[in-house]
Amino acid sequence: MAANSESGGGQAGGDAAKWYELFSRGARDWLRHDEKVRESVRQHLPQIVAGGELINGGSRTVRVPVRMLEHYHFRLRRPEEQQGAGQGKAKPGDVFADPSRQRGPGEKGPGGQDEGEVQLLLEFKVDDIVDWLWEEMQLPNLKARVGPSEESDWVREGWDRRGARSRLDRRRSFKELVKRRGAPGATPTFTDEDLRYRQLARRRQPAIHAVVFFLLDVSGSMSDRDRKLAKTFFFWVVQGLRREYRSLETVFVAHTTEAWEFTEAEFFQVSGTGGTVASTGLAKVQEIIDERYNPARCNIYLFYASDGDNSVSDSADAREGLSAIAEDACFTGYVEVSSGLSRQLATETGRLFAELAGAGCAAGSYALNDFDDVWDGVRHFFSAESRAEESAPP
Amino acid sequence: MSDENWQSYTRRIEELAARSGLSFHPVEFEAVPDTFMMEIAVYGLPVRMPHWSFGVRYIYQLIQRHMGHSRLFEVVFPGNPGHAYLASSNGLAENVLVTAHVLGHADFSRNNLLFKRCQEQVSEHIVEHAANHARQIQQAIETHGLQRVETVLDAALALEQHIDVDQSLRRSRYPEYLPDRRPPDEDEFRKRFAQLEPTAASAGVEPKKRAPVPPHPERDLLWFVAQYAPEMESWERDIFLAVREESFYFYPVFATQIMNEGWASYWHARLLREADFVPQQAYLDAIKCHSDVVRPVAADQQVALSINPYHLGFAMWEKIVETQGLEAARSIMTQDDDFAFVRNHLTRELAEELSLFRYSARSDGQIKIMEQDLPALHEAILGPKYNFGAPTVWAKHVRNDGTLELAHDYTLDGRGLDLERSRKVLDYLHRVWRRPVQLTTTNQAGLALELTAP
Repeated sequence: MAANSESGGGQAGGDAAKWYELFSRGARDWLRHDEKVRESVRQHLPQIVAGGELINGGSRTVRVPVRMLEHYHFRLRRPEEQQGAGQGKAKPGDVFADPSRQRGPGEKGPGGQDEGEVQLLLEFKVDDIVDWLWEEMQLPNLKARVGPSEESDWVREGWDRRGARSRLDRRRSFKELVKRRGAPGATPTFTDEDLRYRQLARRRQPAIHAVVFFLLDVSGSMSDRDRKLAKTFFFWVVQGLRREYRSLETVFVAHTTEAWEFTEAEFFQVSGTGGTVASTGLAKVQEIIDERYNPARCNIYLFYASDGDNSVSDSADAREGLSAIAEDACFTGYVEVSSGLSRQLATETGRLFAELAGAGCAAGSYALNDFDDVWDGVRHFFSAESRAEESAPP
Repeated sequence: MSDENWQSYTRRIEELAARSGLSFHPVEFEAVPDTFMMEIAVYGLPVRMPHWSFGVRYIYQLIQRHMGHSRLFEVVFPGNPGHAYLASSNGLAENVLVTAHVLGHADFSRNNLLFKRCQEQVSEHIVEHAANHARQIQQAIETHGLQRVETVLDAALALEQHIDVDQSLRRSRYPEYLPDRRPPDEDEFRKRFAQLEPTAASAGVEPKKRAPVPPHPERDLLWFVAQYAPEMESWERDIFLAVREESFYFYPVFATQIMNEGWASYWHARLLREADFVPQQAYLDAIKCHSDVVRPVAADQQVALSINPYHLGFAMWEKIVETQGLEAARSIMTQDDDFAFVRNHLTRELAEELSLFRYSARSDGQIKIMEQDLPALHEAILGPKYNFGAPTVWAKHVRNDGTLELAHDYTLDGRGLDLERSRKVLDYLHRVWRRPVQLTTTNQAGLALELTAP
């Protein structure tokens, strides 16, 4: 539709055959912006995921509200009272509110560059994040311990010329068409000959069940922040284990001087009062194992989060309960959440787990003081676990 | 839209414009899709270097367009020939109007002195130059990787307003040595003094002294960094210079916006009135479009807290032509920029006629209309335009260890810098300067303050 352009211009005019209809620079630079936001979100994931109910929440994505990035320039400070020029029916001395907070000319200029707040909601696939993290942090991939029982499942296997419409493999069919068209005298359109359907076959697969027990101390001394720290940690533990186990069950147990099982939603809301008797929680876990899970057919993991203040009179019972569980479990881990106080595992419960690890059981402990520690904690456990795995008898 | 019709109109409008005394380089018109129009508006040039900050602007523009706030009819680039992009969604009437408008711009950019001076610097082919820069940067990305190129662009584009258009685009480096001191005049006193102590007099020959860098406060930060950064690679310097060249092009567009848009609006209205070959219906449609463009206040509002430059410029030019004649108007057009134009020609009567006002806005959103005061009104309009819309920050000194000292004088703007943003800019800059960068300025209370990166 160019007019008067016979004289031929530069790249932008003349014959740069409508490249702009095929390519949008704006979109390209927008994607780059998006990428930058994603990068910075990744760096703050531990804090971000601490919010929602994620561990068993149905959706496998995390939605993160973010602000657009600003490219900074030297700007003048925003004055208390900003002056501007306007136009319309107004007399000196008129005062009115600016409900829309419409932009005045001053704001476009040196006053600042904010063009109104626009919030983005970025969606991250949890699986992607976890894959990315595992690569980034070079965490070992655990080998699932295979249970003796087997089960069967449908898997994809091969193609056939007949099949259900829903299993039509379009890419494959198209390839067939292309192949056939190469031959002389072939019809150029699809024929039934070309169509390929995916086939399914029944395969026996080793069962690799796992159950993770999250045991949380909810006694009076655990603050909200402590619980959140524990939750964030638990979340990533589940994610890491999910990479290995196709079916992973989670059990949530909270204890004070008594112990109860909870659903995930309730679990992180629970707050109790009173002292800490770890053995009650451990007994509850043992009870659930006996009731529902056969250690011979199932991989058991236990993670215990507490501030470590177990009552002294309980230590014998706790030791006994813990070693009973550790015998059956693939791994037992202890995180000490003590925001502010960094006692670094020099607590009653900390000693308990240290003893356990010293006795050659697959156990590990880590102190979490801050959200920044969560990654280190996760790394610590997964490397400890992979070591335990190597040394474990086959 | 009938293309043929429009082409024949274009020719006749061009003839009419030439008869009316406009003088312009030929303009190449091209109709492009709305999406591309939007991109041109975002980037300011049809093809420009990639950077994520344009992506942010692009999204804002997209949102605005979806809310129906803005519609672009044309974008025109000065040069010989000029390039005008018209939205392909324009109707015939709109295109007739837009053609006349574009010719007004072409006349302005060819004759306005500020435009002319900057055009001479960047040559008359900024569109092609910018496309070359984009290609050059694309190549740099392929050679050095996106991360490194982006680091350079973050810094260069953050400083894009910090140029000095009073200097040449291709200025040479500072002289390396201080000029020789002239030998003192041989006056009576000197002669007698020399006789007193012969050795002292002959010691006048001093070794050459290195000039400090910079020898004077330097406002052209893009140039200064490109020339004097201690450890920049040549492709990085090239990127700084590319950004600088584009800024030289943007400066007159920015500094004459009110005049330029007003002039183009004045001429599209006038040419359309005189174009007896345009059918009645198209004329009416075009006039409606005109009044949409130059209306001061959005249709559903009584008061606008900003001034539409199209409207203000249009009204001022009408008044000037009416009271002083076309010839005077043309000479004002060649000589002024927005600062001179508004201060000299926005009179009290006109300001009242247009019901312009000053207001002050408190941070809680309360707005108060202020008393009429013409000079203050001028400044309220022009305030955001000073110094390319940026605070004056200059390079003061480079220390022996390579530390760059920048300075900002708050008495120039009376407000001081936004410290948080300034810090971020220093971070950008430090990544290419590769030695410490510091900025002296003042805090809220007016006390001296030093920002440093790292």
